[in-house]
Amino acid sequence: MKSPYSETVLEHFRHPHNVGAIENADGKAQEGSPACGDMVAVYINVEPKTKVISDIKFESYGCASNIATGSIITELAKGKTLEEARKITWKDAADALGGLPKIKTHCSVLAIEGLRSAIENYEERHGLVKDRKPTTMEEVRSRLKKVMNPMAGLDLVRTNLVGAIEVKNGTVRVVIDLPSDHQFASVIKEEIKEKIEPLWDVKEVVVEFTE
Amino acid sequence: MSGGKQVYLDNSAATRLDERVLEAMKPYFFEQYAVATSEFAYSQGIEAGEALSSARETLARALVAAPEEFIFTSGSTESSNMALKGVALALGSKKGKHLIVSKIEDFPVLNSARALEKQGFKVTYLDVDGEGFVHPDKLKEAIKDETMLVSIQHANQEIGTIQDIESIGSICREKGVLFHTDATHSFPRVPPDVKKIPVDLITVAAHTIHGPKGIGGLYVRQGTKVAKWMDGGFQEFDLRAGLENIPGAVGFARAVELATVKETKQIQAMRDRIIDRILAEIPDTTLNGHRWKRLPQNANISFHFIEGESITLHLDMHGFAVSTGSACFSRSLEGSHVIFGIGGDHERAHGSIRFTFGRYNTMEDVDTIVQTLTEVVQELRSISPLARENKK
Repeated sequence: MKSPYSETVLEHFRHPHNVGAIENADGKAQEGSPACGDMVAVYINVEPKTKVISDIKFESYGCASNIATGSIITELAKGKTLEEARKITWKDAADALGGLPKIKTHCSVLAIEGLRSAIENYEERHGLVKDRKPTTMEEVRSRLKKVMNPMAGLDLVRTNLVGAIEVKNGTVRVVIDLPSDHQFASVIKEEIKEKIEPLWDVKEVVVEFTE
Repeated sequence: MSGGKQVYLDNSAATRLDERVLEAMKPYFFEQYAVATSEFAYSQGIEAGEALSSARETLARALVAAPEEFIFTSGSTESSNMALKGVALALGSKKGKHLIVSKIEDFPVLNSARALEKQGFKVTYLDVDGEGFVHPDKLKEAIKDETMLVSIQHANQEIGTIQDIESIGSICREKGVLFHTDATHSFPRVPPDVKKIPVDLITVAAHTIHGPKGIGGLYVRQGTKVAKWMDGGFQEFDLRAGLENIPGAVGFARAVELATVKETKQIQAMRDRIIDRILAEIPDTTLNGHRWKRLPQNANISFHFIEGESITLHLDMHGFAVSTGSACFSRSLEGSHVIFGIGGDHERAHGSIRFTFGRYNTMEDVDTIVQTLTEVVQELRSISPLARENKK
C-alpha cells in the first residue's frame, strides 16, 4: 500500500492512543465542525496543586491526519503542566508524527486548538481567566496564523496571503490575496470565519478576495 | 496492507484495460502505425484510415447514429469542453449568450460553463431534487429566447442518478435549443438512442468501460452548429484537428463491443446486493441517489458521524479501493457538490462512499467489503464525537 502519510501517522491512525471521553472532565473543548471537515474533542483532568495534566483523552470526526494528530497531542500533553502544554505547537505535533502532507496541516492545527481550548476551559471554570479585551487587528492577525494555506502547508500570514485587516463596530474585514475562484478560496474563507467568529465582540466576518 | 487480494471498486474513475482490447489495439502500434492518410496516398495510410472508419462505425452504431456524427476526442473532458465552448463560439453571437446546466454536472461541464461565464455568458445552474433529478418544469421555466444550449448529464458521476433525457431533450427541441448530455458514465451500458432521444451532442469515453485512457468521443447530430475546436489539419470532419489516436479509437470500439447486456446485468446484481446489505446491516446509513433509476455499476452510501477519507484509508489497508465525496479527499478541500446539490449537508458529504463495479468484480467482493466495512465503521464511530452525541 502506498500512502502520502508517514508510518507514524498510519500507526496512530490505526491504533489511536487515549481515545474516548472523560466523564466529568476538569476541562473540555470541541473544535471544528462538519463544515470544515474535521472535529476534535479534547478532555483533560488536572492535578489542582501542580497544574499537571494527569489524564487526557480525545475524540475525532475526521480524516487520518486528524485522528493521528489527536492521538499524538494527547501523548505530548500528558504529564505536562498547563503552561507547558499550552506551548505545544502544530509543528511539534507534525514533527512528532514524522511530518504531514502540506495540504493536511490544517487538521493538526485543529487538534492543537482543541488542546488549548480545553486548557482555557479549565482555567475559565477554575477562575483563572484574565479580563476580556476588545478584538484588535493584532488579535485577528494572530488568529489568521492558525489558518493554513493548503498550497504551502504554512499559515496565511507567513505565506503573505493576508492583505488589509479592518476591525470596526464588531465587523472584521480581511482581504486575502487570491482570486475568488481559486481552488482553495472557499475553504480558506470558511476557515477564517471559523477562527474569527468565536471572538466575543465579533458580530460579522467579511472575507474579500483580490480578484 | 493485509497482503491479500486487492479489490478495485472505483470503476467510474478508471477501469482495468481488457486484454482483448489491448490485442485489438496492438497492430496499430507495431504494424499499421501510419497516419490515416487520404485514400490517394500509400497503402499503410489507407489501412490506418480504414481502421479508424471501422471504429467510428462501431461507436456510431452504439448510439444509433451515422458515422459522420461521431468525433473522436482525447476523452470526456475534451468532449464536454468542445460541446459547450464549441456551441458557444458558433451560436453565442447569433442565438444568445445563455446556457443551462444542472448543479450536479461533472467538472468538465460545470467548469466549462464557469469559464464561459467569465467571457460574458449567462449561466443558469438548475437545482435537482433530493435524488438528483432535474425537473422538466424547472427546465422549461429556465429556457429563454437567448438560450443557446442546455447541458444536462445522462447519469451522475457520483450518485448514479439517471436523468429522463428523453423529456429533457423534447423540451429543448420544442423550444429550439440545442441539448448536450454527458454520458461518460452511462455509455454504453444505458444506451442513449439518438433516433428516439432528441439530443444534439453526447459526451462518451472509453476509460469507464475497460477501454484505454485518452480516448473519448462527441456525438454531434448532423447540422448542429459547433465551432472548430482544435486548429490544425482537417481531421475529424474538420471539427477537431490533430493526429488521430487510431489505437485508442480501435480500443474504444472493441471495449464497446465487449460491454454486453448480460454483463451489465451481473454488474447491476452486485450493485443491488451491496446497497441492500449495507442499508440492512449497518445502522445510520443513507443511500444517495435513486434506488432504481441509477447506473447499473453505482452504489453511493453515506455513513453518518464518520469521515470518508478515514473510511477509504482503512479500506485501502484491507485491500479495497473506493472513493468518497469528503472534503478531505478532494483536491480543493471542498465536499461533494453533488451531495450538497441533492440537499445533503457537510456531514452527509464527508461520510459518502462511492462503490463502482466493473467486469473484474464478483459477488464475493461485495460480501468481503461489507464485512470489512461493518468493522471499520464501528471502529471509527467508537472515537467520533458526533456518534456519541447522537447516542444521547
